[in-house]
Amino acid sequence: MNWYGVKAIYIHEMERFRRTLFQSLASPIITTSLYFVVFGSAIGSRITEIDGINYGSYIVPGMIMLTILTQSISNASFAFYFPRFTNTIYEILAAPLSSFEIVLGFVGAAASKSLIIGCVIILTANFFVDVRIDHPLLMMFFLILTSITFALFGFIIGMYAEGFEGLQIIPILIITPLVFLGGSFYSINMLPEFWQKISLLNPVLYLISGFRYSFYEVSDVSLLTSTLTILTILIGCIIFITYTFSKGYRIKD
Amino acid sequence: MKNILEINNVTKFYKNSVKALENVNLNIKEGEIFALLGPNGAGKSTLINSICGIVNFNTGTIKINNMDIVKNYRTTRKITGIVPQELNLESFETVWNNVNYSRGLFGKKPDHNYIEKLLKQLSLWDKKDNKIKELSGGMKRRVLIAKALSHQPKLLFLDEPTASVDVELRKDMWDVVKKLNEDGVTIILTTHYIEEAEELSDRVAVINDGKIILVDEKDKLIKKLGEKTIKIELFEPIEKINGNLSKYNFTLDQTNKIISHTYNLNSNTTDVTELLNDVKKDGYEIKDINTEQSSLEEIFIKLIKENNNELVRS
Repeated sequence: MNWYGVKAIYIHEMERFRRTLFQSLASPIITTSLYFVVFGSAIGSRITEIDGINYGSYIVPGMIMLTILTQSISNASFAFYFPRFTNTIYEILAAPLSSFEIVLGFVGAAASKSLIIGCVIILTANFFVDVRIDHPLLMMFFLILTSITFALFGFIIGMYAEGFEGLQIIPILIITPLVFLGGSFYSINMLPEFWQKISLLNPVLYLISGFRYSFYEVSDVSLLTSTLTILTILIGCIIFITYTFSKGYRIKD
Repeated sequence: MKNILEINNVTKFYKNSVKALENVNLNIKEGEIFALLGPNGAGKSTLINSICGIVNFNTGTIKINNMDIVKNYRTTRKITGIVPQELNLESFETVWNNVNYSRGLFGKKPDHNYIEKLLKQLSLWDKKDNKIKELSGGMKRRVLIAKALSHQPKLLFLDEPTASVDVELRKDMWDVVKKLNEDGVTIILTTHYIEEAEELSDRVAVINDGKIILVDEKDKLIKKLGEKTIKIELFEPIEKINGNLSKYNFTLDQTNKIISHTYNLNSNTTDVTELLNDVKKDGYEIKDINTEQSSLEEIFIKLIKENNNELVRS
């Protein structure tokens, strides 16, 4: 195992995060604050509680998930696409690194950045509402697993993207709608029965539900189903990356 | 001297079915400077990228230090460094971070003393805290060399190391390459500056259309394939070529005072002595004589031309 190589990629990527620390943190903090203003104050005055939880507090796990998902994907996709774009990828390919080690370095850094941002959002949310975490270890489990899984997903986008525009297509057209329709800001029990069934097809619903359970012990679906869903996506991403690397597609001619 | 690199029957197709390399066989001896010459698109970069693991080759084997580069990629890549043709660098990183990053990638423990020594050797020490975007083209090229040397490789590939570099810096780079070689690094350089190969290399290979068409020691190659020209300067101009001199196929300069006569060094006999005698017999007095040997460039052009003609015929 080339630990120095993994560390080099990890530190290199975290250094980029440090260089742009203000932009990296300011954006989620401002967005979170705006969500609280819009959803917490405006809508929260009409929906006071969901499942016995104050509406402002109820939406915190969903907001964290929204940020974690988008940040993990964008961090990892950009991190891997950028060396492809600048052709500095040659050095990684020529180094004594296995595919696993390359992924570990990039995905590890992208997931770490997301975790930091997730923690910042929890702190920011505390300024607006009371945030209770009933199962901190479970919360960390979901937070870490989601960060890693979607960083892997972002890595795949980074491998396949043909331009900077390509990095944005899946997050904007697929991920953001899935998060918004996955019960980030409401419980699916509030929807008509038909839409409840449709919502169950959305994998992000299971992530948010499980994550919310770790906060308030309320969820739309069972904890086991949530855990299995995230693990399935994780394994799917790993298989896809392994296959892509074995073919050398997009990276080696 | 043992082979540090052995390439056997390597073939490479790109996705669009373009054959980039065809049955390439090549051995590189430890400690030598080897020049790979060829026109644009001949397969030089594909070959070194295949050796370094940047592109996958389709068939054949490549061994470094007698180890297969696919099966033993960790060991073989640790002793290999590459300087790419393009200035591929992270513009917003400092020189120091860039070079240390490369060392880490190649699985080496941080060694700030070595990196400091390396940067000083490449005249980059005073630029260590500068971002890459603040450096000149020549400095960037040096950073690429520093990155390639950061993990102390035994085998270094230089892909067009002096492309778009001014003459002064080119000579500077040559000194760096010579020094590295003196320190025990085997160097393989691709170039289409024949002057560069002539100046630096011990052996030369010519590649065209994905095939190695010739491998030889540089000096032998020049001698073997080279033609020589004797230039005879006379005190008086030749008014009309007749008499003994009419049997030669020489040219005259504008002043009609300098005879240029080309002969092949491979021939068992040359007509140089006879020509000199005939010049004297026809009544001309010789002021000066000098000879010029064909350069590697002329040989290279000749070889490529012949090879292309063969390809057209086949």
